[in-house]
Amino acid sequence: MIKVPFAWMRLRGLIEKEFIQLKRDRMTFAMLIGIPFMQLMLFGYAINADPKQLPTAIVRGDDSQFVRTFLKSLENTGYFKFTVETRDYDEAAALMKSGAVQYIVTIPEDFTRLLVRGERPQILLEVDATDPIASSGAMSAALQVVNRALDHDLKGVMAANGARAPPVELVMHRKFNPENLTHYNTVPGLIGVILTMTLVMITSLSLARERERGTLENLYAMPLKPSEVMLGKIIPFVAGAAIQVTIVLAAARILFEIPMFGSFLLLSAALVLFIVVNLAIGFTFSTIATTQLQAMQMSMFFFLPSILLSGFVFPFLGMPQWAQVFGSMLPMTYFLRIIRGIMLKGAEFPEIWPHIWPLLVILAAATFVAMKRYKATLD
Amino acid sequence: MTPSCPEKFAINVKGLSKSFDGKKAVDGIELRVREGEVFGFIGPNGSGKTTTIRMLCGLLVPDAGEGTCLGYDVINESAEIRKQIGYMTQKFSLYDELTIEENLLFVGRMYQMKDLKEKVGETLAGLALTERRRQLAGTLSGGWKQRLALASCIMHEPKLLLLDEPTAGVDPKARRAFWDEIHALAANGITVLVSTHYMDEAERCHRLGYILKGKLLAHGTGADMIERSDLKTWRVTGRGLTGLAKKLTGLKGIETVAAFGARLHVSGADEPALLKSLAPFRKEKSLHFEKVAPSLEDIFIHFMSGQESAVEERAP
Repeated sequence: MIKVPFAWMRLRGLIEKEFIQLKRDRMTFAMLIGIPFMQLMLFGYAINADPKQLPTAIVRGDDSQFVRTFLKSLENTGYFKFTVETRDYDEAAALMKSGAVQYIVTIPEDFTRLLVRGERPQILLEVDATDPIASSGAMSAALQVVNRALDHDLKGVMAANGARAPPVELVMHRKFNPENLTHYNTVPGLIGVILTMTLVMITSLSLARERERGTLENLYAMPLKPSEVMLGKIIPFVAGAAIQVTIVLAAARILFEIPMFGSFLLLSAALVLFIVVNLAIGFTFSTIATTQLQAMQMSMFFFLPSILLSGFVFPFLGMPQWAQVFGSMLPMTYFLRIIRGIMLKGAEFPEIWPHIWPLLVILAAATFVAMKRYKATLD
Repeated sequence: MTPSCPEKFAINVKGLSKSFDGKKAVDGIELRVREGEVFGFIGPNGSGKTTTIRMLCGLLVPDAGEGTCLGYDVINESAEIRKQIGYMTQKFSLYDELTIEENLLFVGRMYQMKDLKEKVGETLAGLALTERRRQLAGTLSGGWKQRLALASCIMHEPKLLLLDEPTAGVDPKARRAFWDEIHALAANGITVLVSTHYMDEAERCHRLGYILKGKLLAHGTGADMIERSDLKTWRVTGRGLTGLAKKLTGLKGIETVAAFGARLHVSGADEPALLKSLAPFRKEKSLHFEKVAPSLEDIFIHFMSGQESAVEERAP
């Protein structure tokens, strides 16, 4: 007789019980359905390794038929979207430092004159190379444009000028990361990933753990103010996060040789803000979740888009509008711009302020929700 | 609402109601607990004891009702109430991973106690736990956990103690010590509201309230309740009581049949019917029948009988 290693009835009982529990645990069920859906949307539509239509500043020192034709062709590659036009190079440079533009195209003042004379004028294309993969497609497209764009305009006598070599010389600068090293992008971003992952999870568990253990009832019965509870749950982890940051920053400097062009003090201040924002969000989750499992699941739901939609893995500006809107609600998005700005671009306070205030708004919103949710009653 | 009688009430509420998902957990309860008394709160599981206690200390907001706790409005002034009460939860709710001493220090800081170090030292000495003060609270046995929990909620010298089944799962010796402590506290003027399932504990309370399905069915001293009850009880001793209990159950006039070791208490409110049903059994020589005063337990079982089984108490 063959000895069956298990009994069908017991197995059936176990399976049935599991299904019943799954049915009653809406959060787990939502995760089972929600995560694949989210992944599909993010990987399928939102993220784009060859981003097009990135914001570009034009520094137009000259204007002529040829300039217009050249710029039109550049725009037609689909990689560039001219968002700013100025005569002042410094203005464009500041925009790039703050992350508002990905490219700067500079047309020199004597462009047309040199072109007509056949002296091969230079056009400068500067690329924000803090995220190397964001601009590789654009750079090769720009090279093509230089070769072909003026074929039509340089007819007749001047066609001869174009025949030998491209009539225009394209000079490309990879700003902030001349060697095009990907870890210039990933290591500073990793600080954000580590902080988001650990801090949101730890604080999201905080109240849920007290609720599961039964200690929350005792806490509620004592004369505590909600703000005291929130701060009491957040402050200890600011210290913990400071240790994490120190380790990663030291590694960035020593192991990966990431440069630090900006102010260390400014970076520290921004880090503290980002840490507090994450802890506040975690605490807010904690006021909503009833079990530790739910708190973990909420953290996962938050963490996944924080990596994929923030510009950490894929260029933010290359995502479709709706994905950018989602990304704009995540603290990680702003933090990435801040840390890249300070470390790699040497950005000063005015240049990172556009990414600081959204963090303050998110902090205020999370605190508001937490205070609203925390009632110190078991209702 | 000022009471017409001269007594002062530590708890004076009426019409307190609370529903969970449309189910009434507490249904218009009226409760008066005098200052300095030990008031026992009796009732089966799910009758609304915990919910009532939680409403009294502001952990749950009542759907309806009004009243005061230590003179403060239970709806609007729960913050004040919290400062002056001690609440011992049904489940041990101190931190397992903190030591005994650390737990007491934590609780003391929550109440902003002055001279905390000395106070904790005294409390530890009072508990005879000074030697074990560095032991993790989670490693304590049930009886010690309960003593620690009590100590932690009287350290800030509250005027009112709310104890929710404080002695569940605790051995008789520890229970007795616990109750001696309760009476010592009451002698010092602290009002105690204690919920319990144990009849011997009910008998140690000054007054009792019996709650069923969210309503207070009876209240008063134990003697009052026995006297006021229309219940008639016959005590049966002899052989074959288990078989007898089966035969008696469900007969006309017999509401409850309860075994107390070698005795059987047979009770019913309708005495003629009760006697008529008992008559055939009283002829048996091996059995001895005697009319006795009903015990508190008989009365409580009488309250419960005929009621559909109570739903589980909600613990959010």
